Amino acid sequence: MPLAIKAPQRRLHPGTCGLIRRHYRPRGPYALASPRNAARPLSPHLSIWKPGIHMTVSIVHRITGDGMATVGTILLVWWLAALAGGAESYARFAGLFTTASGSLNILGYILGVGLTLSLFQHMASGIRHLVMDTGAGYELKTNRRGAWLTVISSVVLTVLYWAYLVWGK
Amino acid sequence: MGNGTELGRVRGLGSAREGAHHWWHQRVTAGSNLFLMLWLLISIARQPAYDFGALHAWLASAWVAIPMILLIVSVFYHFRLGLQVLIEDYVHGELRVGLMALLTFFTISTAGIAIFSILKIALAGVPA
Repeated sequence: MPLAIKAPQRRLHPGTCGLIRRHYRPRGPYALASPRNAARPLSPHLSIWKPGIHMTVSIVHRITGDGMATVGTILLVWWLAALAGGAESYARFAGLFTTASGSLNILGYILGVGLTLSLFQHMASGIRHLVMDTGAGYELKTNRRGAWLTVISSVVLTVLYWAYLVWGK
Repeated sequence: MGNGTELGRVRGLGSAREGAHHWWHQRVTAGSNLFLMLWLLISIARQPAYDFGALHAWLASAWVAIPMILLIVSVFYHFRLGLQVLIEDYVHGELRVGLMALLTFFTISTAGIAIFSILKIALAGVPA
């Protein structure tokens, strides 16, 4: 009996391929089956891995970056344009985010704290990316510690920044 | 690095030499953003007051207007690269082409408004 083993020929509906691929666990001699096998093992994706802080920090880097790129950009440009438009236009802009006494209202605090937290997190995570670009910090423990460090430093910096703005002056 | 296939060499084809362009520019602007955004955060925190007159006078100074314009250029170029990756990862087909064009228009028009506003304040002097 020859040892050559043929991969099973399967005809699959295109829609079912993804489902099978995703849940296929390579077993036995078919583990490295030919590309003809629709159920061949593919590179493992998100659902395979146990969630960890490195994953969270990665997606948060994207969310904070794209959040600032949209909401932050509009607010920054609006602020500059309102300032250039004169006292009245600036009062209209500032009135949306402040109370009559001049301090921030709820919307002002949500946007202000949200954007500064996003900025500090994106900044810390970005510095971590630059370090990892040099090839450093890929050991499991170091990588995990670095990911946690971005979260802790961004929260601490945001608290300190707002504490200074509200009580430090 | 090899020289590609024989056919490729004959045709003069090969790397367009722009493979790392996006990646590298994102890193370069990340570095400049770090300094410029820290400057902005500290400057805003150090403001004595946040009324129109104080902020207008602050932005009218060349020492503020110039880094502010540099910040707009660096940060907006960086976010243009970042949003491009977002579109490339999640949008496919014809819609992607449209969104890419829209992204460029969004970036350039918002940057244009921001830079014009800064220049208007900086070049007009103190309001009467």
